Amino acid sequence: MSSTTNSPTHHTSTIGSIGTPSRRNTELALLVFAVVIPVFAYANVGLAINDQVPSGLLSYGLGLGLLAGVAHLVVRKFAPYADPLLLPLATLLNGLGLVAIWRLDQSKLLQQIKQAGTAAPRQLMYTAMGIALFIVVLIFLKDHRVLQRYTYISMVGAVFLLLLPLVPGLGQNIYGAKIWISVAGFSIQPGEFAKIVLAIFFAGYLMVKRDALALASRRVLGLYLPRGRDLGPIIVVWLISILILVFETDLGTSLLFFGMFVIMLYVATERTSWIVFGLLMSSVGAVGVAQFESHVQQRVQAWLDPMNEYKLSQKGIIGHSEQAMQALWAFGSGGTLGTGWGQGHSELIKFAANSDFILATFGEELGLAGIMALLLLYGLIVERGVRTALAARDPFGKLLAIGLSGAFALQVFVVAGGVMGLIPLTGMTMPFLAYGGSSVIANWALIGILIRISDTARRPAPAPASNPDAEMTQVVRPS
Amino acid sequence: MNKPLRRIAIFCGLLVLTLLLRDNYLQYVKADTLASDTKNRRVNITRYSTPRGDIIVDGKAITGSVETTGDYKYKRTWKDGAMWAPVTGFSSQAFGANQLEKLEDGILSGNDDQLFFRNTLDMITGKEKEGGSVVTTLNSAAQKAAYNGLGGKKGAVAAIDPSTGKILALVSTPSYDPSKFAGSSSKDQEAWLAVQKKNDPDDPMLNRALRETYPAGSTFKVVTGAAALENGVVSGIDDATKTPDPFRLPQSSTDLTNEHGVCENATLREALRVSCNTVFAKMADNVGNEKMIEQAEKFGFNEAELDTPVRAAESVYPKDNRPQNALDGIGQGSMRATPLQMAMVASAVANDGKLMKPYMVDELKAPNLDTLEATKPQELSQAVSAETAQKLQDMMETVVKSGTGTAAKIDGVTVGGKTGTAQHGLKNSEKPYAWFISYAKLSDGSAPVAVAVVVEDGAANRDDITGGGLAAPIARSVMKAVIDSKK
Repeated sequence: MSSTTNSPTHHTSTIGSIGTPSRRNTELALLVFAVVIPVFAYANVGLAINDQVPSGLLSYGLGLGLLAGVAHLVVRKFAPYADPLLLPLATLLNGLGLVAIWRLDQSKLLQQIKQAGTAAPRQLMYTAMGIALFIVVLIFLKDHRVLQRYTYISMVGAVFLLLLPLVPGLGQNIYGAKIWISVAGFSIQPGEFAKIVLAIFFAGYLMVKRDALALASRRVLGLYLPRGRDLGPIIVVWLISILILVFETDLGTSLLFFGMFVIMLYVATERTSWIVFGLLMSSVGAVGVAQFESHVQQRVQAWLDPMNEYKLSQKGIIGHSEQAMQALWAFGSGGTLGTGWGQGHSELIKFAANSDFILATFGEELGLAGIMALLLLYGLIVERGVRTALAARDPFGKLLAIGLSGAFALQVFVVAGGVMGLIPLTGMTMPFLAYGGSSVIANWALIGILIRISDTARRPAPAPASNPDAEMTQVVRPS
Repeated sequence: MNKPLRRIAIFCGLLVLTLLLRDNYLQYVKADTLASDTKNRRVNITRYSTPRGDIIVDGKAITGSVETTGDYKYKRTWKDGAMWAPVTGFSSQAFGANQLEKLEDGILSGNDDQLFFRNTLDMITGKEKEGGSVVTTLNSAAQKAAYNGLGGKKGAVAAIDPSTGKILALVSTPSYDPSKFAGSSSKDQEAWLAVQKKNDPDDPMLNRALRETYPAGSTFKVVTGAAALENGVVSGIDDATKTPDPFRLPQSSTDLTNEHGVCENATLREALRVSCNTVFAKMADNVGNEKMIEQAEKFGFNEAELDTPVRAAESVYPKDNRPQNALDGIGQGSMRATPLQMAMVASAVANDGKLMKPYMVDELKAPNLDTLEATKPQELSQAVSAETAQKLQDMMETVVKSGTGTAAKIDGVTVGGKTGTAQHGLKNSEKPYAWFISYAKLSDGSAPVAVAVVVEDGAANRDDITGGGLAAPIARSVMKAVIDSKK
């Protein structure tokens, strides 16, 4: 932020007419890179696999460029002071994801088992829908504080979304986790949307209750213990997370929501004790459920001994999957610099190679260097989100921004950590990279909201020109 | 609210840092372990991504590679796979490899360190990796003669060039065609299961020439004769031995008899000609177990690590009590020998007592045909003195001229041999093995081939199974094929 806005005490110069630099040109320049890099990657894949520049290069490049261009113009018009990095970062990740999905489409093995083949054009369509939603958010959400009004509607909406997969006939059990619903031939993951809606509810709710939660507490052993009745909301959220874990058998979604809530609670109350409670409750919940939920147990077994899991799957024992081990092999075979686009064999992961496990393709073909770059890109998105939260002037904006970026960070950690064998696998996907309409669309909406908050935060305060006194003092110069 | 925000920022940073550390562990520290894990399919995908180098016999490749549709691009093919399988072994995408295909895999697949520099160059110039070739010592005419000679019978043939130890023929029947399971399809799986011992009692995958040991029967009398001559137990091959007929085995009440009535006090030459059990059993007893072991070991027995480079099973002349030692001396008892071992016995006799180490890989060649490695003939031992060797030759030639081995006669060539009919099974209940070992000598005094044949034929009439009848004609055609191919 420029220093001019920070020195309103100098009455010797006018403010407002100079203003914060909008950084829209920075964003445009970065966007060019964000489009050109995937286009080069796309050409690279074609050359590696078919020895020729892919015929779709022009249309693909134009398509991505057009989407990014329109998004940029909308930001320029409707959120001129927005953070300049968020849009290019999301575009780059989305573009690279498209390239990897197209690359896996070329795999005969994946075509045979119907895991890929025409995923890239669909993903491009989802991207277009995602950016459309992004634009809708920017145009119609003039101020994020409007969302505050929908706090309790959001709660109902989020619970509805989360419970949808449990509706008989609608919910689908894919590879053990029931986090999908099937509507008109499309598989939708309501959890991805619930993430945003829930963040809105938490932000609205905590903004109102934060004083009660923070102040009315007893100090015991250096920790502020909340009153029993204030524990209510955290217990409700905890119970919902447990329900998700038990009935939808998805550790990731459950962890994500609870983690997001604890983060927002901590920010709202500034009480470390909430974090302690959060960690305690999530471990009690996870361990407790793991005692009797075989699906969770099996995920943990597969994580502890992926090789054994691989052997069991090779013996054809139902319920075991070779994916975890295959992903590790993909990463290992990539090594430091990777095999290069199109030259790896990540198709061996077979199921969900282009969605949950897409990071393994990057790991194998772009190597350690590529994955580190990707992780840093994700880290940057989170960092910009946190910065937006810091810059936001209203508590609701702060809470919403930190909720969304915290959830984003947790999701990246849970998915990447799962695929890399750091933690048990869960049924979520890498934001923007992975194939899947719900994920892409929801994450574009998430970026849209962050951009809206950052625009509000960085927008210079209205010029005090309306104050006639200012006119009087303007010319006075002590000399 | 900014203080907790900053802390959350640090927390998110730590999450990313943890991922970065994990990735470094995975893709740097553990990368090689994961990348070279044999269960990692990429190892084989790379391995089969280029055509495999060939195994060469007489300047011609007996193997090939064919492009497939799966992700393993090339699979191995063999020409006359069943005939050559005892030499090449198999190399399968699904079931691994054995014998030469396994031992020389580095050269054939192009992964050997000796090819590293070339591979690196190829990588830079963008050329595909190529495998080198393995040039064998085998003689295709001899191999064919041996394979056709055995025909549908169960058995094995090993032929050696006595002066160098080059293996000229190595046949085992029934055999298998490795081409049938070189791939990784369900058809390959079926073919593989069909040739496993549990599904085929004839055990076609057993390399009888190298890996199966048999009682050597009367062919072992050559070794016993050698021990007797070397240790001065007999004075000369034409001197009468003091042997009763029947001969009662020492420390027992078992009488050993002969099939002929001419063995009492027979000379060594006569005893070998008509294959007197009594004479050689007594001679083995006179030589004693210790000296018998010593002589057998000079011929290559009791050696657990005979690598051709494919390792041969250990042929055994055991430590035994007197009656057993006497039986071992006529190739019964508990002694056991591979066909290759008995070919080595014949070759040492033919090579004036000098035993050469048998080998079948002549040269390893780089893809550009540069020789990477050439095998030099290597002497294993002086099995017997040249003088004893002469006497043994003299006697073995008598066997072929006018004894049990006349079926091995070749016009214009001096052939020396020994028949054998080895009893086996509980109380000799099973059908005996027919043996024949021999060598051929040309007029210039050189001996280009020594051969051992064993036929274990369950189909033949028990009384017809004799070394002279079943095995000698096969040995003859193998020797003839070698001699003809030299012309």
